[in-house]
Amino acid sequence: MNTANIGSTPTAPIDTVELARARSQRMTEIASWALPFLVLLLALGYWQWAVVHYEIKPYLLPSPLRIVQTLGADWQLLLPSLVNTLEITFGALALAVIGGGGLAILFAQSRWIEMALVPFAITLQVTPIIAVAPLIIVYLKDVTLDLGFVTLSDVTLQLLTCAWIVAFFPVLSNTTIGLNSADHNLRNLFELYGASRWQTLRLLRLPAALPYFLAGLKIASGLALIGAVVAEFVVGAQGAGSGLASRIQESAFRLNIPRMYAAVVLISLTGIAIYLVTSWASHLLLRRWHESAIRREN
Amino acid sequence: MKPIISLSDISKTFSNGTIALSRMSMDIGQGEFVSLLGPSGCGKSTVLRIIAGLGEPTTGIIDWPTSTYNAAGKPERDIGFVFQEPTLMPWATVYDNVRLPLRLKRVSQTAGHERIMDALAMVGLSKFATSYPRELSGGMKMRVSIARALVTRPKVLLMDEPFAALDEITRNKLNDDLLRLWQDQHWTVIFVTHSVYESVYLSSRIVVMAARPGRVVTDMAISAGYPRDDVFRTSDAYNEACRNASMALHEAMDVADHL
Ligand SMILES: Nc1ncnc2c1ncn2[C@@H]1O[C@H](COP(=O)(O)OP(=O)(O)O)[C@@H](O)[C@H]1O
Ligand SMILES: [Mg+2]
Repeated sequence: MNTANIGSTPTAPIDTVELARARSQRMTEIASWALPFLVLLLALGYWQWAVVHYEIKPYLLPSPLRIVQTLGADWQLLLPSLVNTLEITFGALALAVIGGGGLAILFAQSRWIEMALVPFAITLQVTPIIAVAPLIIVYLKDVTLDLGFVTLSDVTLQLLTCAWIVAFFPVLSNTTIGLNSADHNLRNLFELYGASRWQTLRLLRLPAALPYFLAGLKIASGLALIGAVVAEFVVGAQGAGSGLASRIQESAFRLNIPRMYAAVVLISLTGIAIYLVTSWASHLLLRRWHESAIRREN
Repeated sequence: MKPIISLSDISKTFSNGTIALSRMSMDIGQGEFVSLLGPSGCGKSTVLRIIAGLGEPTTGIIDWPTSTYNAAGKPERDIGFVFQEPTLMPWATVYDNVRLPLRLKRVSQTAGHERIMDALAMVGLSKFATSYPRELSGGMKMRVSIARALVTRPKVLLMDEPFAALDEITRNKLNDDLLRLWQDQHWTVIFVTHSVYESVYLSSRIVVMAARPGRVVTDMAISAGYPRDDVFRTSDAYNEACRNASMALHEAMDVADHL
C-alpha cells in the first residue's frame, strides 16, 4: 500500500492498477452491445452467403436481403397490421397496469381482500390462454364498447381481453410485494406523526413499490405482445382488424415464406423495442436512488 | 416541579409470552438528559416505543402531566423519534426526508421551509439539501434522521441507540453536537444505549435496566456539569461515573443470570 495515494493531492501519482480497471470496465461496456451485434452480423452474413451459394429457394428459406426487400415491397400491407398489433399490445398493457396496479392497491388496503381474491388471480394466470380464449370469443361475440372517441369492435375486445389476461399478473404480484416492502421503521414513523392511510399510501407505499412495479411492467410488456399475437391466432381476426399474426397465417396458407419472415421480424423488433423502452424508463425513474439502477465502483 | 413524562408500573407482555417489561416506574423531568442503559433484550426499545405511543402497555399508566389530552383521551405528544438506523426514504432528497413530519402534519411547504432549513443547519447539512441518502456517509444519514426528528421543534427527543452503528470518531462528534443542541434548545432527551461510556458522557441521569423481565435496577444522577468535552472524558469524575455505571450494569446482569 502506498500512503501517498490517500486523498487527492494535485500531484497525485498515477495509479496504473486503477487505470487498468477503468479501461477494462469501459471495454466490458462496449463489448456488451458490440459482441451480440457482431455475432448477429456474422450469422446474417453466413445466412446470406449460404442461401446464394447453395441456391436455396426463397419458399424454403429466404435470404436476409430478400426479407428486407419483402419488408419494403409489402410495407403497405404490413404497416396497418403492425399498427393493429401494437394497438392491442399497448391497450392490453395499459389495462394490465390499471387492473394489476389497481388490484394491488386494493389488496394493500386489507389482508382480507387480498386473501379472498388472490386465488382467483392465480387461477386466471395459470390457465393457458389458448384454453380460455374460445370462451372469451363466445361471450364477447357482437359486443361493442363505445368509448366516445372510438368504438371498440367485438374482435378488438376479444383480443384485448386475452392479451390483458396474459399480461396483468406480473404487474399485480410485483406491485403487491412492493407495496408491502416499505421499511417497518418508516411505517412506525408515519404512525408516530399520525399519517392518514392515504398519506401512507402516497408518500411511503407507492414509492417503495415503484421498483417492483417497474420490474413487473417489464415482464408484462413482453407478455402483452405475446398475448396480442397468440390471441390473434386464436380469435382469427380478419379484414381491417387483422394484425401481424393474421399476416403470418395468411402467408403460410399461400406459402409466401418471405412475407412470413418479414412479419416475424417485425414482431421481434417490436418486442426488442418494447424491452428497451421499459428498461430505459425504469432506469430514468430509479437512477437517483435504487440499487438496481446504480453503478458501483467495486 | 411536575415531570414531563410519568411512567407508573408499566408492564408489557407480548402475545408470544415474552415479558418485556415488568412494573417499570420512572418520572422524566423537563430538561433532563436521561440514558436508558442495559443489555440487549432488556426492554429499552419497548419502553421508548410505549412513551412514543407506538405501543400500549399491558398494564400501568403513562401520563404526560404537562400536555393536553385530546377527545379520545390521548396526550398530544410533542416528540421527535430517532431510530438506530437512519430510516430515510431512499427515493426522496435530504430536504424532502426532513420535510416528511411537516407534510404528515399538513404544514404547507412555504410555512415549513424555514423550519426545514433550520433543522438542516442545526445538524450541519445545509449544503446537502438536494442530495439523495445514498450519496451520504453513515454519519451524515444519521444527521438527516436527527434533523427530521427536530423539524417539528419537539420538546422531547426519543433516541433508540442512534449512534450504535457508527464508528467511534463519528459517534463522538455526533455526541458533542447533540449535547450542544440539547443545551441550546432546552430539550428533554431520552437516549437508549448499551454503551456505559456514551451514557456517562451525555447524560444528566442514567437509568440502568435488567432483562428477563425488563425493569429498572439503578437510577443514578451524573452530577458533572455541562458543557462536557474531551477534558471531561479524561477526568476523574468521568472515570468514577463510568465505574459506578459499569458496576450497576454488571449487577443487573448477574441478577438476571441468577433468576
Ligand atoms: N413485537 C414483539 N413480539 C414479541 N417479543 C418482542 C417484540 N418486541 C420485543 N420483544 C422481546 O421483548 C424483549 C425486549 O425487547 P426490546 O425492547 O427490543 O429490547 P432492547 O431494545 O433492550 O434490546 C426481547 O426479549 C424481545 O425479544
Ligand atoms: Mg433495542
